[in-house]
Amino acid sequence: MIEFTLNGTPTRFEVTPDTPLLWAIREQGGLTGTKFGCGIGACGACTVHIDGVAVRSCLVPIAGVAGRAVTTIEGLASGLELHAAQAAWIEHQVPQCGYCQSGMIMAIAALLESNPRPSDAEIDASVTNICRCGTYERIRTAIHSLAGKAEVSHG
Amino acid sequence: MGKWTRRAFIATGSLVGGGLVLGVGAIALAPNRLRIVPKRADGHERLTTWIKITPDNEVVAVIPHCEMGQGALTGVAMMLAEELEADWGRVRIEEAPAEDVYANGYMLRGFGAEMGMEVPRWLERAVDYGTYKVADFAGLQITGGSSSTRSTGQLGMRVAGAAAREMLLEAAAARWSVPVGELSARSSQVVHGPTNRSATYGELASDAAAIKPPLHPRLKPRDQYRLVGTPQLRHDIPSKVDGTAQFGIDVVLPEMLYAAIAAAPVPGGKLAAVDPEPAKTVPGVREVVRLDDAVAVVADGYWQALQALRALQPQFTDAGRGAMDSEQIYAAHAAALDAVGSGDAPAGGARTIAAEYRVPYLAHATMEPMCATARFADGRCEVWAGTQDPLNARRVAAAAADVDTADVVMHNLQLGGGFGRRLPGAFDYVEQAVRVAKALTPRPVKLIWSREEDMQHDYYRPAVVARMGSALDAEGRPISWTSYFTGAGFLDAPAAAPIYGIDAPDVRVVDAPMHLRTGSWRSVASSQHGFFMESFIDELAHAAGRDPLGYRIALLSGKPRHRAVLERAAAMAGWGHAVPEGRARGIAIVECFGTRVAEVAEVGIDADGAIRVYRVDAAVDCGLVVNPDQALAQIQGAIIFGLSAALFHEITVERGAVVQRSFPDYDMIRLANAPRVNVEFLESDAPMGGLGEPGVPPIAPAVANAVFALTGQRLRSLPLRLA
Repeated sequence: MIEFTLNGTPTRFEVTPDTPLLWAIREQGGLTGTKFGCGIGACGACTVHIDGVAVRSCLVPIAGVAGRAVTTIEGLASGLELHAAQAAWIEHQVPQCGYCQSGMIMAIAALLESNPRPSDAEIDASVTNICRCGTYERIRTAIHSLAGKAEVSHG
Repeated sequence: MGKWTRRAFIATGSLVGGGLVLGVGAIALAPNRLRIVPKRADGHERLTTWIKITPDNEVVAVIPHCEMGQGALTGVAMMLAEELEADWGRVRIEEAPAEDVYANGYMLRGFGAEMGMEVPRWLERAVDYGTYKVADFAGLQITGGSSSTRSTGQLGMRVAGAAAREMLLEAAAARWSVPVGELSARSSQVVHGPTNRSATYGELASDAAAIKPPLHPRLKPRDQYRLVGTPQLRHDIPSKVDGTAQFGIDVVLPEMLYAAIAAAPVPGGKLAAVDPEPAKTVPGVREVVRLDDAVAVVADGYWQALQALRALQPQFTDAGRGAMDSEQIYAAHAAALDAVGSGDAPAGGARTIAAEYRVPYLAHATMEPMCATARFADGRCEVWAGTQDPLNARRVAAAAADVDTADVVMHNLQLGGGFGRRLPGAFDYVEQAVRVAKALTPRPVKLIWSREEDMQHDYYRPAVVARMGSALDAEGRPISWTSYFTGAGFLDAPAAAPIYGIDAPDVRVVDAPMHLRTGSWRSVASSQHGFFMESFIDELAHAAGRDPLGYRIALLSGKPRHRAVLERAAAMAGWGHAVPEGRARGIAIVECFGTRVAEVAEVGIDADGAIRVYRVDAAVDCGLVVNPDQALAQIQGAIIFGLSAALFHEITVERGAVVQRSFPDYDMIRLANAPRVNVEFLESDAPMGGLGEPGVPPIAPAVANAVFALTGQRLRSLPLRLA
């Protein structure tokens, strides 16, 4: 049994300790916004925050989050108020198929938390998620529109 | 109540609880001509495009296409609202369920006009060539071929909207006893100016339902459009920023189990033997299911299922192809081409030029791996999946479950990318899910392919080898053109026909042995032939000592739309002006799906020798642009999609099986190496072209041509790699 905080709520999962966090939050947690893309940490579709840091949840065994705080895309907004990145994603009409965008938004929300005005080079270095629909142009525009505006909030 | 019009069959009726419902009949395809099919075998009219107007003044567009990020549902609904004079804020969009009444024959009619009634290549696996059954065509509910807006929107929804508007006006005229000519419709209201009376569509809908649909619904002239042509927010985006969008992989059902699967690594191979014991020691494992060509493990969770599957050592046969590798595949292509002709340039002219080009098999690699959920119980089957044709997927599910199609309920969910992978003929994941679920009756089973399974069991974009040749006259103009290439059939030929003014091009296709399963890949045959044609014309320009832009323009004298996009893209890119140090530009133009796209790539070489694309300028003529911001998004995305393939993608074969496994060896453009993309649209009154695919083909040749300009190396195979 693993105890941790999931989107602000104390949570207990009865799963084998090597189960990746990705599958635990999707299947035991019922939170399907976090996506499976490759299972080897290459694509970033499964990105969540652990104690505020963006991580690829397919590579983290559930045992590794015991006692820690996990935030998924479902927990990024503050109640009804969208996180600034989510609002910018709508404003700039970023998603196409949208499958990668939960992970993309989580990666960028974490980046803006630590670096509210990232340069292009800093964006390139820290956000390595794949978007197969190729929405990068809009992602970059949306990030720059957020410079200095991102809320310091993790559910 | 129903009525034939010149264009279609319009049927209307009342909604339960009041309101109007209206559908427009499908047009189906006959072997040699278009034919209107008034009745299905059971006597019911075939209706495709439905709108509903509810008493509380909501317009509901029920659209027979799926959403995979292309924004088509929003665009199609905009066309309805335009003709209906509906308040856009009160239009709701529903994706049609997988029922025969929503089969979208309009798409085929759109293709018919465009392609001289040949079956588009990406559809061919859905067609029974033996009988050429109309029913097989009419039974499609497909999203592909860059067709939703220009076919369902243009031919279906506009008619539906115009017809409903006229009926609402008539209903108001009758209610107020005034001439229809004194009424106007605007923003979901009918207004009678002289008496200053008004009524909402919702208030009039029930009356309108009793009125005969018009024989010739009058469509608005384009200069009166108010909504079409303005940027509108896509209806599906809010659910894609907060995790609530339901993709195929996301369905959750009571008592659901999870399955992982391994199919025969060599196409055509069968499951020979598997010892299930190693899987059964993994906690949570319920069953090891043997299929004809695969083994699946079903467990309480997906991770357990996958771990257990990986503990197995299934033995597969190899269909006699276990020694096949990429080298042999290309040798077979060469042998097939040798039988067509030497590949030498045609005789005549001042000089001749010949070159052989090659492109590899490509995977679709949608971000969401193939997946489907099925439940079999009491002789009925229910399926949840994201597909590009839920009606056909339903038939596949029925066959796999061995039940009537009527006993299958198909729930189509959002697609985590399609690009042609989820078209008919490629529903192996649906079939597998149904078979596995049947073994676990009555519990629902969610089957998820690993990324590796997805990469290695695709329906790949075919590898093609092309032998190009041309003779140039004394001025360097091509006086002949040959293109002999391997392919999957005659349907590739239109994509290989040069757009340039060259007399009697000699275009020949020869069937090449297809070792791997092949299918449609975004932009289909144009993805290969755009590269061949636009690279080769560049070779001719350089051989003639001419500027590649001017050379093309000179050969497009009768094609002002082609010239216009070339000139605009060149102007956007600063063609003819200085390039930053260490970079060069290349240009290419491809017409496909009725749309012309020219792209200029600005390219450099990184310190490690990798080709780097800094900037792409694109000009597009697709006729009418319905939703400009989404049109832009499609071209932006298509350029990145095409660039990942041009620089990185190659599916290779060893010992009969696909070598590549995941993103590290099938890499994608990411933020760090994504070029800046500028796009402009040149609108015209020409018939609408598609937008989902036409941005893809020009990028590979534009980059290859830039590499030549920069390095002098003519790269004739993909992915592009410097020597």
